[in-house]
Amino acid sequence: MRLESKTPEGPLAEQWTKHKFNLKLVNPANKRKYDIIVVGTGLAGASAAASLAELGYNVKAFCFQDSARRAHSIAAQGGINAAKNYQNDGDSVFRLFYDTIKGGDYRSRESNVYRLAEVSVNIIDQCVAQGVPFAREYGGLLANRSFGGAQVSRTFYARGQTGQQLLLGAYSAMSRQVANGKVKMYPRTEMLDLVIVEGKARGVVVRNLLTGEIESHSAHAVVLATGGYGNVYFLSTNAMGCNATAAWRAHKKGALFSNPCYTQIHPTCIPVSGEYQSKLTLMSESLRNDGRVWVPKQKGDKRSPQQIPEQERDYYLERKYPSFGNLVPRDVASRNAKAVCDEGRGVGETGLAVYLDFADAIKRDGMETISAKYGNLFEMYEKITGYNPYETPMMIYPAVHYTMGGLWVDYNLMTTIPGLYALGECNFSDHGANRLGASALMQGLADGYFVIPYTIGDYLAGMPYNKIPTSHEAFKKVEEEVRTRLKKIISIDGSQTVDQIHKKLGRIMWDKCGMSRTAEGLKQAREEVKKVKDEFWHDVKVIGTDEELNQTLEKASRVADFIELGSLMIEDALHRNESCGGHFREEYQTPEGEAKRDDENFSYVAAWEYKGEGLPETLHKEQLVFENVKLTQRSYK
Amino acid sequence: MSWFKQVLSSTIGKKIIMSLTGLFLISFLIVHLSGNMLLFKDDEGEAFNLYAEFMTTNPLIRIISIVLYAGIIIHVIYSLILSLHNKKARPVGYAEARPQQNSSWKSRNMGILGLIILIFLLIHMRSFWYEMHFGSVPTKSYAGVEVDDLYTVVVAAFSQWWYAGFYVLAMIGLAFHLSHGFWSAFQTLGLNHRKFMPMIKKISLLFAIVVPLLFASMPVYFFIKSLA
Amino acid sequence: MNVTLKIWRQKNATDKGRFETYEMKDINTHMSFLELIDVLNEKLEMEGKEPIHFDHDCREGICGSCAMYINGRPHGPMKGTTACQLHMRHFKDGELITVEPWRARAFPVIKDLMVDRSAFDRIIQAGGYISVNTGGVPDANEIPVSKEVADEAFNAATCIGCGACVAACKNASAMLFVSAKISQLALLPQGQVERQRRADKMIAQMDAEGFGACTNTQACSAECPKEIDMVNIARLNWEFVKAKMHSKAIEVDE
Repeated sequence: MRLESKTPEGPLAEQWTKHKFNLKLVNPANKRKYDIIVVGTGLAGASAAASLAELGYNVKAFCFQDSARRAHSIAAQGGINAAKNYQNDGDSVFRLFYDTIKGGDYRSRESNVYRLAEVSVNIIDQCVAQGVPFAREYGGLLANRSFGGAQVSRTFYARGQTGQQLLLGAYSAMSRQVANGKVKMYPRTEMLDLVIVEGKARGVVVRNLLTGEIESHSAHAVVLATGGYGNVYFLSTNAMGCNATAAWRAHKKGALFSNPCYTQIHPTCIPVSGEYQSKLTLMSESLRNDGRVWVPKQKGDKRSPQQIPEQERDYYLERKYPSFGNLVPRDVASRNAKAVCDEGRGVGETGLAVYLDFADAIKRDGMETISAKYGNLFEMYEKITGYNPYETPMMIYPAVHYTMGGLWVDYNLMTTIPGLYALGECNFSDHGANRLGASALMQGLADGYFVIPYTIGDYLAGMPYNKIPTSHEAFKKVEEEVRTRLKKIISIDGSQTVDQIHKKLGRIMWDKCGMSRTAEGLKQAREEVKKVKDEFWHDVKVIGTDEELNQTLEKASRVADFIELGSLMIEDALHRNESCGGHFREEYQTPEGEAKRDDENFSYVAAWEYKGEGLPETLHKEQLVFENVKLTQRSYK
Repeated sequence: MSWFKQVLSSTIGKKIIMSLTGLFLISFLIVHLSGNMLLFKDDEGEAFNLYAEFMTTNPLIRIISIVLYAGIIIHVIYSLILSLHNKKARPVGYAEARPQQNSSWKSRNMGILGLIILIFLLIHMRSFWYEMHFGSVPTKSYAGVEVDDLYTVVVAAFSQWWYAGFYVLAMIGLAFHLSHGFWSAFQTLGLNHRKFMPMIKKISLLFAIVVPLLFASMPVYFFIKSLA
Repeated sequence: MNVTLKIWRQKNATDKGRFETYEMKDINTHMSFLELIDVLNEKLEMEGKEPIHFDHDCREGICGSCAMYINGRPHGPMKGTTACQLHMRHFKDGELITVEPWRARAFPVIKDLMVDRSAFDRIIQAGGYISVNTGGVPDANEIPVSKEVADEAFNAATCIGCGACVAACKNASAMLFVSAKISQLALLPQGQVERQRRADKMIAQMDAEGFGACTNTQACSAECPKEIDMVNIARLNWEFVKAKMHSKAIEVDE
């Protein structure tokens, strides 16, 4: 298979404009003859559904939550980047492009990233017009703040709830189209498979979560905006329901899956407190501006932090990285936290935490200043842990936060299956091996508001209007497969709960395919995951039937897919003999312990092709060509 | 539907009617109280009786009193309509509810408080209004003008301990009803402003204490006087 | 610590439902309330019994999925906290904890603690938006908004749509939810054009869904996990008055 990225020719800055002109158009009167399915209603899905409906297409939107407004984009805290240069500090489209490419450790496609930076400015305009209450200066204009990986102030924000406000904006735009009759909304409905007719994506098979009924929906194109797969690790900052099922089933139907090993681990999360832990909560990275990270010098030091004198503390980030100190990038901070905990110097009941201490900052700036800056974060921390960070140092630990990998898409965001598109975190396209803060929201909305409305028309213009009835044999066949699979899961009636198996998978992935990986560990993990898969299909216990509301069955079906995806993540991590961004292989590091890329051999997108049950997947490579940036090695010493 | 019908069919429209009639009744309380304060004048009821005569015979006041009765009736009817509507909005209740943790007793029991006031009103009207209009009230003449001697009726009524006691209880009910209803009316009309609302709430509380207290002082005063 | 859970079990919408009691032994006080139910569900599943169904997703207090009436109050005893952010350290050892679904005609029970809150979606669909299409909007900084107004709009916009206001209100009124959206958009300059129409339509839909009327008990605001202020309800009332009293220059039949 040849991967055609469809990147337009010509200078970077003109590519998107030129491409838009070259795309075929669908006559306004004919748009109503096309049906489009959008799966997922987060930033990417909701913005796509709204924009496509505004153009006149008939949209069917699906989400597994009880309302479209609950998609996990809602939990994004920090902000959204845009190259507005409102601060007159030298920002530009090219600079945002450059920062994103560099932040991604040179593993993303130049053309896509440039387009992302280009449309970023439109996103802010759009959101303001929708009534998103962004932070403002006293003069009434928009405020900005700075974020990791950038030397300019380009992040727009709405207190610590930017994701919520942007999502509600997109949700309201979609709601307007529901009222107009152009979007038909299907909440509590989960996509369980893709239907392909004559080589083209023509519909989906879904499960009505309330009744358990398996239903088919036919359309002219299918758009997946189903988010990331961080829940492979069981514990992550993702919502409980976040899953990879839609993307994985599409993969099994022929869509290539790219760079699955690129996972982002966020350094400042609230540590795990016990076996019962169901998910992790992120604390804003901004805390590292004033907090000092440390652990005791001595192993197994169980004294309370106040009892440990200054000379017995190891401020390891300041020690190892004198110039960046506590502000090293996410991956560096995360790996170092893991390293000190592996040495047995971790703190807290589990030994899997490090201190983030504000005592010096409070002494220097006063309680009031610190409280003005971080008051709400401190409150949130105390709510969850019961400890007051003004008095005792916070405890933090890294957690899985975002997955850069995803379905392979071309410049038009189409996967390798004609008519199947992937948007937002669901695709692999814009963040390379590592995503910069405040860029996820930008990508989701860019794809949904400003890319897919143009590119989907190009595909549909070449499609006949005819609708395929869901009584078509292709639908019936997939429905039957889906039903059989669910019945099979129910019929196992083994001795382990879904969560028990999921936790096992998560443990393996976290230990061996997490923050730092080795070939040896990955090979072990490969075998262990195989065992977990076997356990699942022989020993899982799911109560109830498939013909009713059954939350355990929903989980089980998702976990079955996580297991398979986990295997692919391991393969991908194992084959990529280099360290880059979110993928750190211990064998490939500089003498100082930094990630060492191998641009000569690995400057490509790995795209995996599913070959069938039990068969190894085939690797395809899309070579990355860098004509506008110079590849450099990161250093934060 | 005409806009007016739409207003009346909307829950907010109905609430606005409650608040407008409520505020109107509050304004009546002020007038009624200031007139009745004449009972305390040490003139054997002359000023009070003349005031009562004026209030029952002046054509303008008679028209206003009809508006007042209408106000009361509308307030009661709409409270019934809304209460029924609200009851229907939660057909199955909670097994374990602790509303005292999130709201005041009076705010949740405006209906009961209102009912107490309504019963009071009926008895009150029967004792005085009915007697004035249809009963036999002794007369007195001041400067040659013959007027009903309502003052004597009042004194007689309040010398009974249970009657005076009932008045005091009803006024306590009124106090609670007012302390929620007063500011609440402003809230319902949309007149909640961060600058003014604290003041309205203070006035509301003050009004709810002072007005019922003064009303209640009348039966108490005459009861104690009757003992002497 | 040990606690006793008394949880509402209801097989489906038509089942009558009943309480069931579960003894929870040796639980960690750092556990969240939903994690306690997870633990119970694991136990139930191992015993071959059906787990307790409940809505939950982000577990960070922002998605608005979780909806439980815990010990007589929506989201339990802590102020400004959703059930997912409520931790067991706030309960007493040996405490009996009663858990019920939201109760309202407009929120019918689906199963156990799950209720149908689609009424909220329909209210937003009725007009909870500014009618702009994608593209063709002015530059963001061409619409200045004073910081105070932006902050106040934000305070209203933080609503997570969980329905605690309805659950708390003795009348099952949705005024706080509806007012939060109307207030946000009425405050901002972008929202002025459709201001009256929006209030009109959203309020009509709110009534059509069968929510109760507001009697200003303020329970909603007291129980709101985002602590949305009562002043928003007053704004909603004012918007209603304006929408109804204001005679439009052009009468349009709708």
